[in-house]
Amino acid sequence: MNKLIAWFDERIPLTKTWNIHLAQYPAPKNFNFWYLFGVLAMLVLVNQILTGIWLTMNYVPSAEGAFASVEYIMRDIDYGWLLRYMHSTGASAFFVVVYLHMFRGMMYGSYQKPRELLWVFGMLIFLVLMAEAFMGYLLPWGQMSYWGAQVIISLFGAIPIIGDDLTLWIRGDYVISGATLNRFFALHVIALPLVLVILVFLHIIALHEVGSNNPEGIDIKKKKGTIPESEKPKFTFHERFTKKYDVVDAVPFFPYYVVKDLIGIGIFLFLFCYVIFFAPAMGGLFLEPPNFEAANPLKTPEHIAPVWYFTPFYAILRAVPDKLLGVILMFGAIVFLFLLPWIDRGRVRSIRYRCTFHKINLTLFVISFIALGYLGLKPATEVYTFFARVFTFLYFAFFIFLWFYSKNENTKPVPERITK
Amino acid sequence: MKSFIKASLLTAASLWTAATLAAGPTVPLDKAEIDLHDKASLQRGAQLFMNYCLGCHSMQYQRYNRTFRDLGIPIELGVENLQFTGEKPGDLITNAMPKESASAWFGTAAPDLTLVSRVRGADWLYTYFRSFYVDESRPFGVNNAVFPNVGMPHVLQELQGVPRKTHEQRLVDGEMKDVYVGIKSDGSGILSPAEYDQAMLDLTNFLVYTGEPMLLEQRRLGWYVFGFILVFTILSWLLKREYFRDLK
Repeated sequence: MNKLIAWFDERIPLTKTWNIHLAQYPAPKNFNFWYLFGVLAMLVLVNQILTGIWLTMNYVPSAEGAFASVEYIMRDIDYGWLLRYMHSTGASAFFVVVYLHMFRGMMYGSYQKPRELLWVFGMLIFLVLMAEAFMGYLLPWGQMSYWGAQVIISLFGAIPIIGDDLTLWIRGDYVISGATLNRFFALHVIALPLVLVILVFLHIIALHEVGSNNPEGIDIKKKKGTIPESEKPKFTFHERFTKKYDVVDAVPFFPYYVVKDLIGIGIFLFLFCYVIFFAPAMGGLFLEPPNFEAANPLKTPEHIAPVWYFTPFYAILRAVPDKLLGVILMFGAIVFLFLLPWIDRGRVRSIRYRCTFHKINLTLFVISFIALGYLGLKPATEVYTFFARVFTFLYFAFFIFLWFYSKNENTKPVPERITK
Repeated sequence: MKSFIKASLLTAASLWTAATLAAGPTVPLDKAEIDLHDKASLQRGAQLFMNYCLGCHSMQYQRYNRTFRDLGIPIELGVENLQFTGEKPGDLITNAMPKESASAWFGTAAPDLTLVSRVRGADWLYTYFRSFYVDESRPFGVNNAVFPNVGMPHVLQELQGVPRKTHEQRLVDGEMKDVYVGIKSDGSGILSPAEYDQAMLDLTNFLVYTGEPMLLEQRRLGWYVFGFILVFTILSWLLKREYFRDLK
């Protein structure tokens, strides 16, 4: 066995990669519950790719055959229903874990210097994930697939001058049709997953270059020579990490966090499988009832709502009376997130040591996001629109307030070392 | 930890409200007591469907033999009694009505019913079947309280009898008033009101089955998967405890 590994090591950096990224990667010793969601996102990504491959084997990407082929998978393929529910539940689970992962980053300031690029890669993943989910949702070719896509694509029509030509170019037709379905299929099964995997790779490379943040927001890399031998961890970390710095309060990712994550994965799988086996439609949130009716271009559903993970942004769009301005604000909601590392001018990372106003601000942001998500599912009545405007304001106010108070923030003193 | 609890509570609350406030119809729906283990009920429902619905409504994603197998009907018996137009047992449950003609006759093509229970829900179907009433202003002389201006005739009238919206003189706040008491049959049907309700429950049961023919297997398998995850999680926990011992 050792000889075999040696044979590989001479030809490819096998042991070296294993050590740098797992066995000798220093991870802060105080990771908590919130640090699970990155691993879970990777788990769901693998689930989506594997189930997706098998679904592709029997799916028919045409306006005539798509809906029937999904039912063929559900009824006639052995365990086809399981593959399909794993994939449809996985789509929602992906957003659940990614939203929690992003919230973790915001809470502990994981986007702050030197992790700006890491955050930007993460945001790109989020953007591609939204495109991937949107295109995937058209493929079952149900009523909501069809009309949801119709509504979202027509948004591009609000762009002045090029709008109409742009929507035509995206659809490949004057309405959503088989042509749209075919190109969405191509993008969903090959183009975007490829981009997604590359971005995830870059996200992890960037993470392992700067090192993981932690709930205290305290650096575990200290200036070389400032830490006495007695206080250094008893573990061997790769020289890549120890050459320039003294690493403290860290444990190797493997085996410690690997075995710890396994428990988290178990608990996640329990919830995930509960949905798959006992509530795959999740009360109409994960699979919308009108989507069990084949797409009919002549029959508009009473109420068109995107799937839950898009509704916060959809609510922002509808809250604005002007369509173009609505589209701008909707995309702005994501642009602001991209710019978070530069909007936040603070130097203290963790919410634990930041001012009370920041805690209130972040709480209001979370409440607004959830409230907008709820309002996006509802018809745009007067009362709902009023609330959507309030929460849209609060959503953006988070960033604007943050820019102002973070400059000279009244923070608590941050300890030198992780004590817990 | 406190913030985690707060966040999970918020998420749970928003999911719950979203699920319960989904848009519903205007007529209160009666609860359909669905039981997918009740094979006799499913068989009666299948019989009703094949005899009364299939003439116009297809079930184009479901196969005869799968249905027979799941409902415990011997294939030969099924072919003989539930297949009327000479299909093979492995065929999909389609019908011969051309879509264009259907549009001309009824104003719209009769929808396929394989997945109707997943679109409408069992309670809706159960109430719908029992909500036809005489309305001479409509082309077929009937309307439906759950689906106003419905395009189909009341094909089950021979079973139910002629249903009318019925009013009764009742004492309300010390005055005799005309009160709407619901839809009542004139009693000319083959079935009594109670028998008709049971028949409609059977039909609903069958449609819930065809919406998700894998549902019972799905749940059965779910418990085994839970068992596996439980063992996996306990082993991971023991493994973690073992490894974290040397961190102390």
